[in-house]
Amino acid sequence: MRANRLGAALAVALTATLASCGSSEPAQSPEAAQSPTAAAQGPVKLTFWTWAPNMDKIVDVWNKAHPDIQVTVSKQAGGDDAAAKYLTASKAGNPPDLVQAEYQHLPSFVAADAVADLKAETASIKGEFSEGLWGLVTLGTEGVYGIPQDSGPMMLYYRKDLFDKYGIAVPKTWQEYADAARTVRKKDSKVYLGTFSSKDPGAFAGLAQQAGAQWWSISGESWKVNIADEPTKKVADYWGGLVKEGAIDDMPFFTPEWNKALNDGKLLSWPSAVWAPGVLATNAPKAKDKWAIAPMPQWNAGENFTGFWGGSSVAVSSKTPNKAAAAQFATWLNTDPAAVDLLVKEAAIYPATTKAQSALGEAPEYFSNQPDFWQQASAASAGARGFTFGPNVGVTYNTFKDAFDKALQNKTPFSDAIQSMQDATVADMRKSGFTIAS
Amino acid sequence: MKRSAPYLFLTPAIVLFTLFLAVPIGYTVYLAMRRTKVSGLGLGKGARREVFVGFDNFAAALSDAELWNGWLRVLGYGALVLVVMLGLALLFALLLDSARVRLAKFSRIAIFLPYAVPGVAATLMWGFLYLPSLSPIKDVLEVNFLGATAVTYSMANVAVWGGVGFNMLVLYTALRAIPRDLYEAARLDGASEVQIALRVKIPILTPAIILTTVFSIIATVQVFTEPSTLRPLTNTISSTWSPLMKVYRDAFVTGDLYSAAATSIVIAAISLVLSFGFLRVVRNRAFGEG
Repeated sequence: MRANRLGAALAVALTATLASCGSSEPAQSPEAAQSPTAAAQGPVKLTFWTWAPNMDKIVDVWNKAHPDIQVTVSKQAGGDDAAAKYLTASKAGNPPDLVQAEYQHLPSFVAADAVADLKAETASIKGEFSEGLWGLVTLGTEGVYGIPQDSGPMMLYYRKDLFDKYGIAVPKTWQEYADAARTVRKKDSKVYLGTFSSKDPGAFAGLAQQAGAQWWSISGESWKVNIADEPTKKVADYWGGLVKEGAIDDMPFFTPEWNKALNDGKLLSWPSAVWAPGVLATNAPKAKDKWAIAPMPQWNAGENFTGFWGGSSVAVSSKTPNKAAAAQFATWLNTDPAAVDLLVKEAAIYPATTKAQSALGEAPEYFSNQPDFWQQASAASAGARGFTFGPNVGVTYNTFKDAFDKALQNKTPFSDAIQSMQDATVADMRKSGFTIAS
Repeated sequence: MKRSAPYLFLTPAIVLFTLFLAVPIGYTVYLAMRRTKVSGLGLGKGARREVFVGFDNFAAALSDAELWNGWLRVLGYGALVLVVMLGLALLFALLLDSARVRLAKFSRIAIFLPYAVPGVAATLMWGFLYLPSLSPIKDVLEVNFLGATAVTYSMANVAVWGGVGFNMLVLYTALRAIPRDLYEAARLDGASEVQIALRVKIPILTPAIILTTVFSIIATVQVFTEPSTLRPLTNTISSTWSPLMKVYRDAFVTGDLYSAAATSIVIAAISLVLSFGFLRVVRNRAFGEG
C-alpha cells in the first residue's frame, strides 16, 4: 500500500515539475501574484541588473530618499553575456525588475516581449534626449522600451607625443588617415597607426553609422535589412585595403597583446568611443597624459559626422508587478540632475540627457592634459548619427566575428564578409517568421 | 513494512535522478521539437509564439554543413589528443611502476598536478604563452602558435598537458593491483623489464586502458573550454569550431534555444555511438567474451 502511495506521490511531483517546465507562460512568482494593495503594506522592492561601476552608491542615494521604493543592485558582467542572461531569466519567469540594456540588444528584448512599454511614464522626459538617442529606445515605433542612460559617440584617440615624433599631422579625413598609416610603417616597421578588430562588431557598426549606414529600418509592418549597403561596403573595403597592404595591423582590441602594444607605444591611434579613457587608463597606464583626442576623420572634408559605439538604456521588465515604481526610479536615475551628476562622477559614463553637459566639468584624470575633453566630446556628440537596431543583432554580430576572422585569415575582401552578415541576418529573420520588405 | 523498504531506500536516488537527469533531458527533447514563430515586426505582446515543429530542428542540425565541419575538426583534434595523452599516460605509469625509477613520489605528483588546474585557467595561461608578442617561446621557435594550422596542435597541447596526469593515475593504480609474483615468474623465465611491460603489464592493463579511452573520447567530443577560451585571442577559431560551441552560440548568442536543444541531442547520440562502438570493437580483447 505504502509503495503505491509513494509511487503516486512521485508521479504527481514529476508531472508538476514537467508541467511547470513545459508551459510557455511560466507560473507567476509569489511576489508577482501580490495585488497592488498588498504592495502598499510594505516598501516596493526592486532589483536592478547593471554593470555600471559604483551603481550601488548611486542607488543608496535613491533608497535614502524613497523609503517606499527600495532598489537592490545586482552587478552583472556586462556585454553580450549580460543580454543573454537577461533573456534567459525572462524566459524562465524570474527576471529582475530593471535591467541595463545596450541599445543594440534592446530590440531583441522587445522582440522577446521581455521589456515593458513605458510610453505613458516617459511622456514628460522625452524632450531631454536628442532625437537620435530617443530613436534607439523607440526603434522607430510608437512604443518606448527604455530610458537612455549613456551614449558612446566616437572620436579619434591618438598618441600626441608619437605623432610629433613621426611627424604626422592629425588626420582630418580617412584618406589622410590611410596616408598617415603608410607613413608610420615607413618610419618604423614595428609600429602601426591602428588596428582593425574582427572581434568588435560594435566598433564597426559605429564606423558604418558615421558613413551613413542604415542596417535596419521599419517601414509600416515590415523590417528592412540593409547591412550590405553602400556606406558599409565603403567602410569595409577601406579597412580591408589597409590591412591587406599591411598599413594597419589586424590584432583584435581588448587582448593582452593589444594592451601591450598600447602600453609600449606600438599602436598610435584608436577610433573609439567617449568611454575610452577608462579602458586606456587600465590597459595602458604607462601612456598617461600622452594621448589626445580629435574629431573622427571624415569621409568628405569639411563634414562633421561620427557614429556610436556602445551606450545603454535602462529598461523595465515586462514581468515586473511594479512597473510604475520601476519607471519612476529609471526616470530619476537618468534625468534627475543630482543622479546624473552621480552617474558622471561615480559611474564615469557620458550621460544621454542633454541637460547633463553642466555635470561634465573636469577632464578624465588620464587626459588631464586635454582640459577641453568634454567640450570635444559634446561637439562629437552633436554630429553623431545612429541607426535602428534589428531584432536579431546577436546573429549579425556573431556573423561579423566569424566572417571577418575568415576574411583576415584567407585575405578575402571585407565586403564579402559584409554580404555574409546581410545573408545570415535575413535568413535568421525569415526562419523566425519576421516580415521583411525586400 | 518489509515490502516497502526497498522502495524507501530507492526514493532518494530516484528523486534525484528524476529531477536532475530525466526531467532536464525530457525538457531538452521537448524544446528540440519546438520553435518560435513571429508575425509581422515581432515587437510587443503576442507577436511571438511557440509552435510544435516535430523533427525540423533535428533535420536542420543534421544537414548543417558547419556542424559536420565542426565534427571533422574535433575528430582531428580528438585523434591527436587521444593518442598523445594516453600514450604518455601509459608510458609514465609504466615508468613509475618500474622498480628502478627515482623520485617516484615527486614525479607522480608533478605529472598529476596540471590536472588540478581548472581548464579555463590552464588555457588562459597557455594562451598567453602562445600570443606572438607576449610569448617567451616564440623567441626561440619561429612559430605562430595560433596560426591556422598550428592552432589545433596548440589546443591539443593544452588538453594533453591537463589530461595526462589523471589518466596516468588511473593506469598506475591498476598497475599496482597486479600481483608482484607475476613479474617474478616472468623474470625467472628470462624476460627483460621492457618485455615484462609489453607482454605482462599492458595485457593485464587492457580494461583500464579501455576505460580511460572511453572517458577521453567522451571528453574530446565535448571539447569546449579550450577553443572558446582561446577564441578571443586569435582569428583562427570560429564560433562554431566544435559542435558544443555551436550549441552555446545558438542558445546564448543568437538566442535560438530550440536548435541548440536539437543539436545537443545529436551530440549526445554521437558520443554514445562512438563510446559504445569503441567498446564493442574492443570487447573481445578486454573482457574475454566471445
